[in-house]
Amino acid sequence: MNAIKEAIKTVSDLWSLMVGLRVTGKYFLEPQRTVRYPWKAVSNIGTFKGHLELVGGGQKDPFKPRCISCGMCALACPSHCITVVKKKAPKPTPEEEKALAEAKANGEKTKDKAPKDPEKFVYDYSLCSLCGTCIENCPAGALSFTGNVYMAGYSRNDFLFDLVVKLRDSQAPAPAEPAAVPAETSEA
Amino acid sequence: MPAEFIRILIGLVAVAISVGLIGLVMVWVERKVAGHIQRRPGPYEVGPSGLLQPLADALKLVGKQLFMPDKADPILFWLAPVLSFLPVLLLFLPLPLGDGLYALDVNLGLLLILAFSGLAVLSLLLGGWASNNKYGLLGAARAVAQSVAYEIPLLLSVLAVSFVAGSLNLAEVVKGQGTWPWNWNIMTQPLAFLIYMVSALGETNRAPFDLPEAESELTAGFHTEYSGMGFGLFFLAEYANMVVVCAVATALFLGGWNGPVLPGPVWFVLKVSLLMLLMVFFRWTYPRVRFDQLLNINWKWLMPLAVLNLLATSFFVKLAQFTEVRW
Ligand code: SF4
Ligand code: SF4
Repeated sequence: MNAIKEAIKTVSDLWSLMVGLRVTGKYFLEPQRTVRYPWKAVSNIGTFKGHLELVGGGQKDPFKPRCISCGMCALACPSHCITVVKKKAPKPTPEEEKALAEAKANGEKTKDKAPKDPEKFVYDYSLCSLCGTCIENCPAGALSFTGNVYMAGYSRNDFLFDLVVKLRDSQAPAPAEPAAVPAETSEA
Repeated sequence: MPAEFIRILIGLVAVAISVGLIGLVMVWVERKVAGHIQRRPGPYEVGPSGLLQPLADALKLVGKQLFMPDKADPILFWLAPVLSFLPVLLLFLPLPLGDGLYALDVNLGLLLILAFSGLAVLSLLLGGWASNNKYGLLGAARAVAQSVAYEIPLLLSVLAVSFVAGSLNLAEVVKGQGTWPWNWNIMTQPLAFLIYMVSALGETNRAPFDLPEAESELTAGFHTEYSGMGFGLFFLAEYANMVVVCAVATALFLGGWNGPVLPGPVWFVLKVSLLMLLMVFFRWTYPRVRFDQLLNINWKWLMPLAVLNLLATSFFVKLAQFTEVRW
């Protein structure tokens, strides 16, 4: 009896083969999801993240970083791709030195003259996972992602930048950045 | 006699060319269907919608270095792909494309096809055995167990049809069927058709019964060690075998060249293509069965059903003869 029941069940389970064929048939006729990449890009390419950049606007200069060299980003980065190098205080001129000594003698509090913006902001894009933790942890809002998602290079060093230099250079007529969206024309 | 000889020669050349073409087209169809089922475009870069991609692949295969593993048996190793491909050419000879349109008129055409398609498993065995590779050997062992098992229900289901038709000549069987689908043998022998199709999948090592090559388990099974055209020949033979089983199914069950309006050969090619497409769809729909399942399906289901079907068929055939005589 059991054997017969099992046999009947097996035969009725064959129906699932038909169901499978229907599913693949449906998928076969539905439009494709693949975007033919080099010729077409996805429509929301603007929301893709590129490498980090420093936000300008420090000391009212759009090409000076807003960064205060606190190092929070370097601390927070899980991949250790950021190294912030603080600026050293400039060597005081003799007059300044004198004034400083006078102030000290008068018992006044002396101000640290070292500027806050970083000397160097070394960023290794080849390690970055674009997680955004650095941006979240920056107290000065000095970091953001670029939209440059098409970066390519011939060596590892092409992905190692000093973001301060990059920001400063962006005031010069920008060296031709790769277009954000590839041209529609094909080369093949 | 010379006329017959020339006919066979022309047939062989035509078959060789069409096997090459079929291989190219089928690779394209398979990849396109696979792509579309997975909602990607498949090949589209080379030629219009990727039509020339298989050609490029074939050229690449031809240009590749032929390589033989260390300690492999050189004679058997190179014999295997040739042996897998050559009999395939023979299989095409008795296939009736249209009324009178066949290369070789033998009244045992069906037997010829079944006998020589049995050689395929030998080549798989040799290839897997000779390549001195454990995956190859496992693939070969699977191929033998599978092909030997699936040949039996295949034969039995074919036999049922030829009982009804009273002939082993494919052209005769086709002539016994009418123009419309309800005049075809599939109407009187639906079970035999099902058994035939399942066993044919097993015989040609097509998914879901592609255990001898099972790429996710055995890298490539019996042809793991073959490069270049060695692999290419196995590949071509597989597709050619597919065409043969589909053509035989068409002739036996689907009325062969019979069909309304369109000329016979067109119908034949159309039906064969449809069956091939169905096989491709099977491949991308069903997961590969396990080996014990594979043998269970065969020995526990296909075999008994085929035997029962054959017995019932012969009973009714005899009954029909009886009543005819009495009439
Ligand atoms: S995005 Fe993440 S990985 Fe990249 S620099 Fe910022 S914290 Fe590090
Ligand atoms: S970028 Fe932000 S977190 Fe990093 S050092 Fe500058 S101010 Fe601090």
